[in-house]
Amino acid sequence: MSFLQVTGLSKSYGAVAALDGIDLSVPPVSRTAIVGPSGCGKTTLLRLIAGFEVPDAGRITLNGERLVDEALAMPAHQRGIGVVMQDGALFPHLSVADNIGFGLPRNEPDRARHIADLAYTVGLDAAILRRRPHQLSGGQQQRVALARAMARRPSLMLLDEPFSALDMGLRASMREAVAELLESAGITTILVTHDQAEALSFADQVAVMRDGRFSQVGTPRDLYFHPSDTMVAQFLGDAILLPARLSRGMADSPIGQVTVESAERRDSARIMLRPEQIVLEPVSAAEATASAAMPAFAYGEVKKSEFAGSYCTVSLRLLNTPDAPAAAIGATPLVLRRPSVEELALGSFVRIRIVGKAHVIA
Amino acid sequence: MSLARSVPLASTAAPIRQRQLLPARSGMVIAAVVVSLLSLLPLGFVVWSTVDTGWVTASALIFRPRVGDLLANSLLLILLAVPISTLLALALAWLTVRSDLPGGRLWAWLLVAPLAVPAFVQSYAWVSLVPSLHGLLGGVLVSVLAYFPFLYLPIFATLRRLDPALEDSAASLGLGPWKIFLRVTLPQLRLAILGGGLLVGLHLLSEYGLYAMIRFDTFTTAIVDQFQSTFDGPAGTMLAVVLVACCLGLLGLENVARGDERYARVGTGAPRLAAPVRLGGLALPCLLLPALTVLLALGVPFLTIGRWLAAGGTKVLDMGEILPALWQTLSLALAGGLLTLAAALPIAWLAVRGRGALPRLLESCGYVVGSLPSVVVALAVVSVTARLLFPLYQTLFTILAAYAIMFLPRAIIGLRASLAQVPVELEHAAASLGKSPARALWATTVRLAAPGAAAGMTLASLGILNELTATQMLAPNGTRTLAMGFWSYSSELDYAAAAPYALIMIVISLPLTWLLFLQSRRLADR
Repeated sequence: MSFLQVTGLSKSYGAVAALDGIDLSVPPVSRTAIVGPSGCGKTTLLRLIAGFEVPDAGRITLNGERLVDEALAMPAHQRGIGVVMQDGALFPHLSVADNIGFGLPRNEPDRARHIADLAYTVGLDAAILRRRPHQLSGGQQQRVALARAMARRPSLMLLDEPFSALDMGLRASMREAVAELLESAGITTILVTHDQAEALSFADQVAVMRDGRFSQVGTPRDLYFHPSDTMVAQFLGDAILLPARLSRGMADSPIGQVTVESAERRDSARIMLRPEQIVLEPVSAAEATASAAMPAFAYGEVKKSEFAGSYCTVSLRLLNTPDAPAAAIGATPLVLRRPSVEELALGSFVRIRIVGKAHVIA
Repeated sequence: MSLARSVPLASTAAPIRQRQLLPARSGMVIAAVVVSLLSLLPLGFVVWSTVDTGWVTASALIFRPRVGDLLANSLLLILLAVPISTLLALALAWLTVRSDLPGGRLWAWLLVAPLAVPAFVQSYAWVSLVPSLHGLLGGVLVSVLAYFPFLYLPIFATLRRLDPALEDSAASLGLGPWKIFLRVTLPQLRLAILGGGLLVGLHLLSEYGLYAMIRFDTFTTAIVDQFQSTFDGPAGTMLAVVLVACCLGLLGLENVARGDERYARVGTGAPRLAAPVRLGGLALPCLLLPALTVLLALGVPFLTIGRWLAAGGTKVLDMGEILPALWQTLSLALAGGLLTLAAALPIAWLAVRGRGALPRLLESCGYVVGSLPSVVVALAVVSVTARLLFPLYQTLFTILAAYAIMFLPRAIIGLRASLAQVPVELEHAAASLGKSPARALWATTVRLAAPGAAAGMTLASLGILNELTATQMLAPNGTRTLAMGFWSYSSELDYAAAAPYALIMIVISLPLTWLLFLQSRRLADR
């Protein structure tokens, strides 16, 4: 049973289609991240769900209630959906306390206590309540925006790149705190971001978006290891794409044999590996040249090594090219990031070993 | 111990720095202080003449029914015209910024354009259209039409750059459209409304021609009447005291209402443009408001002038009279504009580059003096030159100095804004590349601040072009500017002969309203 259901949502600005038939299903009390390059339409999708804009076509239902369909569009202020915007969008003319209490009825008994509780929940000091937004740091502003959005106990919370204005260190801790907070409050959350690491670490479900469509929707692990196309593969992290020949659950690639999930037989296919799956084992020059013909393992010579602190970027020339179709590829060097402690000297030889399965992409 | 060591250090370091920095800097400071002192002359005159008149005479002249009547007139005028202008400006600004009103951009400019019509020309147009127009209601009608753009401009500019994310947030927090406007949008417009309202209020207090034409007595008309009958007698001066008190009262009121609020946008992201509200079937009725406003504020003057020109035919186009007036007006406007700019330069420079209390004090001096009605400035300059500096009495220099005092704030605003955009590091960079201080200043700051300086000067010149009250009281014998020519003909009820003068003034001013439009946008972005 899905909590938020989006069906066939489309929206154009002039000739430009910002959203082109989006379907999305969000289970209750879950976290969904929508990730994509800037201009892909992810913020438009969020604004349509929030009710700030009306779609050209499509339906949105929340908990069985229709928010938008062909006939009606419920205005934003009746939807009861919380929104935290990119830079908080705090009201500059109101104090922090008034910002947090903005959506609360003015005559509510215990209003001040309610506001103080909310501030406490998001980890704000009570002394801050009398200040103005411009006197707060970026992290504090985001916390105020979150408290303000939580005040009305929304069942759905939309986060529009709320962490992008924060510095790196703060970003991760804030993300973790927000995720925990919203889950314990039983609030379903949708996060829009252009940062793939943020999307993968935050969400139960990730949707990769491009040009107004979803390229792929799934769990973070599934998307990372089983991307549906090269764009998704490369967007979610470094990817090594190789030509391969498939047979009996194995793939022959320029860097050796690797198991694949597919049992099909194909002479020309493409597989993807994540760099973490590759292990380099130093070997002697003799072994490397002697076993150059062994098909199970590939050997390489370190041609270039760029030191960059915690890691090195290593460039390998492949020594053995198992078969003809891959020969052209084999001539191009394999470039990998390795931990600096591995200390691969220039001119030394390595055996390339692959951990786990490769993913057949096409 | 540590004290003993720090003293010689400080005393060796300080002279070197002072020797290098003193000449340029102290020159600017001295110039700024002199300009400020000179600009305080009208205020000093008011204080001095009160003391000179003595308490008994002064109180007899101030606490009398006539003053009470004038006070009631002025207050009623402000209490009616300012709120009406505010509502009108708000509605028009919302329609032209936030709705899909057909022709939005064009309307925006047309709604600023009435600033090109001098208030007394607006009044002339209405009186010749509706001869029975007079008194408070007539005054309110013409005042609103003449001055609402002073409110429309800042509201328009602020509304344009308001972050729509705030309104979206309010909607997601459960507020309907009307409540969003009242609780989020309107508070953001507060500074614009207060500033514009103050400007309108000050104009209402200081305008002479508009109210003389429709026979509505205000302090300013009464002072001019007194001046024309008794020169600078104590009766007129004491009226000026009350008028100055009213102006300072308005200034103080605005200052209190403004408080020390800061409505800075929080956060860094680029603000999205608000999606225009679809008016749908309401578009036509909504179109009526700007259309009617433009018709009344621009159409009526143009129609009236056109009608009088047609009625007068070639007979009223006496080029032998009009061309010298045009020439005199333009020379006065240019010379006055240059003098104002020169006077504003040290104050603006100090305000941007200086530190401490002095620059701020000097700058606020300029604003207080700028809020004084031209009639008071003229009265002060006349009295001082007639009594103390007779050689200067009714000379070109005197009237130019009075212009400089009156229009100083306009020039400071423009200069300040553009000086602020030139980082001092550029000057340092030029110096490190081997330019002398003067050449560094010329090659960087002066070059880059030139557009702002030109804008400030143009605004001052525009003010001089349409200035009537002070020009009448101060101009050397034989001077006849466009405004004076217009005024003498329309006072003789020769409306046809006055028409060409009115038309020329409007046509020269029209392009300048565009400048005002641009400047208000830049100020709002600061």
